[in-house]
Amino acid sequence: MAALAEPVAGRSKGARPSRRGRPSWLPPLFLMIPGAIWLGVFFVVPLVFLVSQSIQSGSVADGYKVTWHFANYTYAFQHFWHQFVRSLVYALLATIFSLLIGYPLAYAIALKAGRFKSILLVIVIAPFFTSFLLRTLAWQTILAGDGLVVRFFRSTHLIAVTNWLHLTNGDQLLSSPLAVVSGLTYNFLPFMVLPLFASLERLDPRLLEASGDLYARPIVAFRHVTLPLSLPGIVAGTLLTFIPAAGDFINAQLLGNTNTTMIGSVINSQFLTVLDYSGAAALSVALMATIVVLVALYVRKAGTEELV
Amino acid sequence: MSSLVKTFGPFTAVDDLSLTIPQGSFFALLGPSGCGKTTTLRMVAGLEEPTSGTIHIGSSELTGTKPYQRPVNTVFQSYALFPHMTVWDNVAFGLKRRSQANVKKQVDDVLELTELTTLAKRKPAQLSGGQQQRVALARAIVNKPAVLLLDEPLGALDLKLRRQMQMELKRIQTEVGLTFVHVTHDQEEAMTMADTIAVMNAGRIEQMGPPAELYEQPRTTFAANFLGQSNLIRATVKERVGDSVVAALPTGTLRVAVSRVPEGVNEILVGIRPEKIKLHDEPVTAVDGPVGENTITGGRVIDASFIGVSTQYLVKTQWGQEVMVFEQNQGIANLNAVGDLVTMSFSADHAFALDAGQDVSAGIEFDPEAL
Repeated sequence: MAALAEPVAGRSKGARPSRRGRPSWLPPLFLMIPGAIWLGVFFVVPLVFLVSQSIQSGSVADGYKVTWHFANYTYAFQHFWHQFVRSLVYALLATIFSLLIGYPLAYAIALKAGRFKSILLVIVIAPFFTSFLLRTLAWQTILAGDGLVVRFFRSTHLIAVTNWLHLTNGDQLLSSPLAVVSGLTYNFLPFMVLPLFASLERLDPRLLEASGDLYARPIVAFRHVTLPLSLPGIVAGTLLTFIPAAGDFINAQLLGNTNTTMIGSVINSQFLTVLDYSGAAALSVALMATIVVLVALYVRKAGTEELV
Repeated sequence: MSSLVKTFGPFTAVDDLSLTIPQGSFFALLGPSGCGKTTTLRMVAGLEEPTSGTIHIGSSELTGTKPYQRPVNTVFQSYALFPHMTVWDNVAFGLKRRSQANVKKQVDDVLELTELTTLAKRKPAQLSGGQQQRVALARAIVNKPAVLLLDEPLGALDLKLRRQMQMELKRIQTEVGLTFVHVTHDQEEAMTMADTIAVMNAGRIEQMGPPAELYEQPRTTFAANFLGQSNLIRATVKERVGDSVVAALPTGTLRVAVSRVPEGVNEILVGIRPEKIKLHDEPVTAVDGPVGENTITGGRVIDASFIGVSTQYLVKTQWGQEVMVFEQNQGIANLNAVGDLVTMSFSADHAFALDAGQDVSAGIEFDPEAL
């Protein structure tokens, strides 16, 4: 009892002024410390190393020195601009397909699924229970040899169309741009569906009733009410899909061929096989800068300032 | 509307409802929550399909058509304003969907009518409740619908603002001359605004008519209790003398005009509004003014509360019933106190009679403010 009573008495006299005197920004700052340390150690420090590596010259055997060797960048671009552009195009295609598949899916789960909502969400996330690598390997089997998918493409002559579009070559699906984009789409689809679901679920169905009441047919109501209100979800979903897809190398490596190599693979092999650290670092920094610029332009265009 | 029925599973929300709403009128559907009034409204709007029955506007049938095909607009209880659009775009929405000419002028005119011109560029989130309510109204009336449906549009506002908006709504209705169908559980709101009120209970219309008629001559206990307050006293019809009916109370008799007594019924409930009763000290003298032709003697005041405008008394009759009496404050010369022995008197023209085979307390437990 005494221990309980004392602090109460103490607070009423001495502790209160100092409590009031403490600035209100202090607690939030305090709470940010763990996150700041984490970011500092695992993001800022490696980033500084990476940028500094990209302007060094030398070799693994002789050691590297910062010589402001910007030629690393011109060298990297001259040799790998194909892969660079290809990565962005593949990532863009995968993002578009994810949006086309993900939007109806998220819409159905958010607005039409009723009591099956949670189950369907779990199914969307379920692939994450196995590893990224395994899932991509599974697509090798799906698209392989005489599988159902390949037979379907052949019997419907879809494969002629994809050949003509240079998405496939010969009568195979595997080892083609189509396979890589499919893999990317599949692997990043949940990142598209979840933010879309979150924004569609918040949509007040009474707004759709109101637009129907105001002479908007369902398709018009979708265009003028549902779509603009789910825009934050679209922006978040496309970013979460595009950014990792642009840097991905697993899909290109497992599902593609030598002509579908993405920049991620190049960086991977430059670092680990060729041991050209500076060139690889230059490519990494360039990729990062490109994505940041593209994303900034996109977010600006989409006009959802509350997102960033 | 004729023979409209709507069931949700085993629950019948609207039961064989038929009514005709004259063009250009302000019509109120009044009833407690859950009585089916909103469901009725949603069927008119096309947001619910009637299980059976038909809805017509003028000569054209609406039943089975989609909401966006109906010349009907709704002011929703939640307003349902589009949060991503400005006030102006919200109001223009309906006009644009029908590719109307002169959108700008029509929208500007309605914004002026609803005093929203200065707020046109704001988003709904930047408006107060009353302003949002006006936007919802403007968004509907700009389309000049054949029927404007209002689903408890004032329910979310505080009392003062609600009274103000009631006046506003009435003014706008008179100005634009549209048919308003207003759903509410607030009897005062319905009485203030409507030309015709339909009192709804359990999916049926209990009674329909102008507010004064409903108040002065309710035909069911529900209507009597839900619209204002009533004292209902059990009595037996004894005889008919001229154009009045004499009914026997446990002690004494009362007269009620023949036209106000249901036919072929012997057991009746004599109804009298609290403000129609006068209290007289016993023995009755001229001090308390003229005595009405109906008197109930031997009452005892068991509660008195001075409200200002009036004094509200609770008087216990000889047979133990508690009768409510409101006396206007016309100079507080002769207030009664708890324990006083009093005679209650009222005019025969002010009394009404109901069939006693009903639930006496129907409609009583609904407190509009608590809903």
